Amino acid sequence: MGLYRENAIVLRTIKLGEADKIVSLVTERRGKVRAVAKGVRKTKSRFGARLEPLTHVSLQLYEGRNLDTITQAETIDHFRTIREDLDRLSRATALLEAVDAVVQEGEDDHRVHQMLLGALRTLEAQSTPLVVPAFFWKLLAHLGFRPMVDACAGCGTTDALVAFDLIEGGVLCRSCARGTRISPEALALLRRILGGDLVSVLSEPASQSGYEIEHLATRAMEHHLERRMKSVGLLT
Amino acid sequence: MQDLIDELGRMPGVGPKSAQRITFHLLKLPREDALKLATAIIEVKDKVTFCERCFNVSEGPLCGICTDERRDTHVVCVVEEPRDIVAVEKTHEYRGSYHVLQGAISPIEGIGPEQLKVKELLGRLDPEGVTEVILCTNPNIEGEATAMYLARLLKPLGIKITRIASGLPVGGDLEYADELTLGRALEGRREVE
Repeated sequence: MGLYRENAIVLRTIKLGEADKIVSLVTERRGKVRAVAKGVRKTKSRFGARLEPLTHVSLQLYEGRNLDTITQAETIDHFRTIREDLDRLSRATALLEAVDAVVQEGEDDHRVHQMLLGALRTLEAQSTPLVVPAFFWKLLAHLGFRPMVDACAGCGTTDALVAFDLIEGGVLCRSCARGTRISPEALALLRRILGGDLVSVLSEPASQSGYEIEHLATRAMEHHLERRMKSVGLLT
Repeated sequence: MQDLIDELGRMPGVGPKSAQRITFHLLKLPREDALKLATAIIEVKDKVTFCERCFNVSEGPLCGICTDERRDTHVVCVVEEPRDIVAVEKTHEYRGSYHVLQGAISPIEGIGPEQLKVKELLGRLDPEGVTEVILCTNPNIEGEATAMYLARLLKPLGIKITRIASGLPVGGDLEYADELTLGRALEGRREVE
């Protein structure tokens, strides 16, 4: 109990009462934390813009019975380039929404903070269309839902993999085929994303297979969460 | 009585305890005073609608600002909510017209431009001969997204698009200013005359 310090990324904020907000955070060491920021909505608040979604902050919090309270906040990075570009902002929001939905409070997960920070830094440096799907696939894989991409999820053959099925959780060969069709180029791209070739994938321009992977990633994320991803494609 | 407490308890910022206190206060009031409150509520609900032109709250088809002929209709100030008009009006710095979006784009809540009064804004520009649109949405992530979206939409129409400035609150302390606000304040600095 008492005070503690944490580095965190602000995922979303919910208005609370007259001038307060509940801030949803993904922290470096404690997983997801929801904390109250008192008076942030007042123009003279000493928090100012530091607790807006997307900000990477260093915080001091006070443990409460139910929600913790934020007592001090200092910006590490506010991702200004993302903030001032509608395309990047819309992509970043999709990342935040996914993390907020996937990570539960009290889960002691250190990786997600790192992954999100990495994705946001990539987005800050370049507005690439594949950041969101790549992040979704990586996140799903991290959660233990890594799709089968090297062999048919039905019979195990490695030949003629033509479809992707969310229920089977992977690619399917021609005789087992169900679900969505997947082109060989898209499958290769997906293998590279999951196989650790992320950096070179991200530097590629938009392509048909990229679009295919993007669509599939959103569907897979929605399938896993059992709800619609609200922010994907809303502004594009 | 419990019904009244429950109903009052649903008001913003009123908890069960305050609801109880208000209920007991109302019980003590003379009948006329209590009725005055009741009629005021009914009147507001019956009479007040949204202005057909700017979607501000209004007691007729057009609101007080839209019917005021002294106001400049060539400048439109776009705000999120009717209460933002009240805030801007209090400054006495603005004599143009308004447009209320009735919300802001919020990807995380799934609120897109279709749920806002964006089409209606576009429809006003030509007939009213609008020359400047001031994007006066909140300086938070939803408001900024809305402003950027509108700017992208309106820029090709050849109208002057402006965004309200971000800076330091008067009476504030530089020491406590966050980097984003202070950065923008520096960027938007003005030469002293």
